[in-house]
Amino acid sequence: MTKRSMYFKMITSALIRRRSGMFVALLAVAIGATVLSGLVTVYYDIPRQMRQEFRSYGANLIFVSSGGDALSEEEAAAAVACIPEAQAVGIAAYRYETVKINEQPFMAAGTDLAGARATSPYWFVSGEWPERDGSVLIGQEVADVIRLLPGSSFTMTGTDLQGEAFSRDFRVAGIVQTGGTEEAFIFMSLADFAAVIGENGAFDVVECSVSASQAELEAIAARVTESAAGVAPRLVTRVTRSEGAVLTKLQALVFLVTTVVLLLTMICVATTMMAVVEERRKEIGLKKALGAPNRGIVAEFLGEGLFLGCLGGVLGAALGFGFAQLIGINVFSRAVHFQAALAPVTVVASVFVTGLACLIPVRRATDVDPAIVLRGE
Amino acid sequence: MPILDIKGISKIYGSVKALHNVDLAVEQGEWLAIMGPSGSGKTTMMNIIGCMDKPTEGKVILDGVDIAAESARNLTAVRREKIGLIFQQFHLINYLTALENVMVAQYYHSMPDEKEALQALDRVGLSNRAKHLPSQLSGGEQQRVCIARALINYPMLVLADEPTGNLDEANEGIVLDIFKQLHREGSTVIVVTHDPEVAQEAQRTVVLEHGRIARIIANGGPGQTNASRLEDGAPDSQSRQAAERSKE
Repeated sequence: MTKRSMYFKMITSALIRRRSGMFVALLAVAIGATVLSGLVTVYYDIPRQMRQEFRSYGANLIFVSSGGDALSEEEAAAAVACIPEAQAVGIAAYRYETVKINEQPFMAAGTDLAGARATSPYWFVSGEWPERDGSVLIGQEVADVIRLLPGSSFTMTGTDLQGEAFSRDFRVAGIVQTGGTEEAFIFMSLADFAAVIGENGAFDVVECSVSASQAELEAIAARVTESAAGVAPRLVTRVTRSEGAVLTKLQALVFLVTTVVLLLTMICVATTMMAVVEERRKEIGLKKALGAPNRGIVAEFLGEGLFLGCLGGVLGAALGFGFAQLIGINVFSRAVHFQAALAPVTVVASVFVTGLACLIPVRRATDVDPAIVLRGE
Repeated sequence: MPILDIKGISKIYGSVKALHNVDLAVEQGEWLAIMGPSGSGKTTMMNIIGCMDKPTEGKVILDGVDIAAESARNLTAVRREKIGLIFQQFHLINYLTALENVMVAQYYHSMPDEKEALQALDRVGLSNRAKHLPSQLSGGEQQRVCIARALINYPMLVLADEPTGNLDEANEGIVLDIFKQLHREGSTVIVVTHDPEVAQEAQRTVVLEHGRIARIIANGGPGQTNASRLEDGAPDSQSRQAAERSKE
């Protein structure tokens, strides 16, 4: 048997055969590592979770014409092409025109209704979203003024692009409530809009909901400015700034909790190891009497601590993902992504924290005087 | 030249003099017993000889080196290299088997050798108990493991503190037989004991009282050499000093 195998034999025997004493320390390390792994998983998953959460607050990037006119279809397409497909939650291009109902003026908006629904999931619709030609969504304000309900019909009049008067009947599919300016609009499909107003191949605005951080949005905006001439990208700052602020605060909170948990783990391990050293004073004294140098005693106790740290870290890495999943599902109602790189980081962090926690107890172990602890009775 | 030469050592703890100007020489291969009542300085003497403590004054020459002047680190090395310790309470490591307990001494000394450790256990009649934990061994068996551990590195000096203190008569006999065998093989053995019967087995018995050597008795131990010398009226220098001190 080599010295190294005897060393491992001693530390593993101490841990396995004295399991009751070490179980508390292992539990502390495993819990600490679980919380560390879980919270760090959440820490890195929060931006993704929160971005998705914030997407329910509407568009965070809009494209308008830099010259003040409407955007051509080509310009809009060039700008939209700058958004990575995987990050595009919803894109809705709008055309606006004033129309009349019962001789009262209202703003009609033609858009891709499916895109509008994806871009603005916070819209509360009484009734249903329009699915057929001749169906529209009207804002609550419009409904109140002209006393319309879902299923009602009304006649829209106005002047088309050619300057000719038009009159067409529409059916109200649903009434939209947003608490915002949208309640004064009549939303219809681009086909219906073109049927009454006429086709000019242009959009007034393109609203985009993109799952991206503020920095990523700024990068997209820069690309649009560069590659789509005539398009002026605008970040919806009230959304992007709130998102950034909430993310920063949440991440700071998670960081703080993780730090506190690691400190508590360290204190628990240090206390347990201190108790272990006290309990094993005679054994330490014996080893010193047999000629063990202080560095040998340090190596053994530190070895036991690091072994515990490693074992606790492995347990924590495995349980941490479950813990993160629990947080993800219960807090964000979404599953978190497994961060493979986090497993070795958790093990290394556990070993480091345990090693740090063992320093004082190990120092005390070297202070044991064999003559005192081995004294006969 | 004696293997151990103690010259005028004193040990003072605060206002208490545990040892007072003690001289003692132990020859290579000698079996010496140290006796005395509680508080006489036996343990202090054992700790100093065993390099676990240093005297306040005096010299302790072990194998030509004054260990009283050595650093704690060097004393650890001396314990490792030259001394085999046997304890009254055995002090086996409870989570290691008998064999592993013996190998621990090898581990600190040089290289663990399972075969050699098994031979050491065989020497004390315990090869069949090698894989047992201390809790599975009787007191006598634990003491024999402790002896095997003390002997595994072929120490220059075997130092036993009340080796039979926790044993019944049968096991005491077994342990004493091992000491006799050790002595026959030429080992230098110092036994600290309360038991006159154990002390009688040694060649000489040093009796400590109040931190001083009260007398040195030459026994009819295995060698009987010193007993013959005493009978001849030629006690060694320590005996002479002790006799003089007792007259004072």
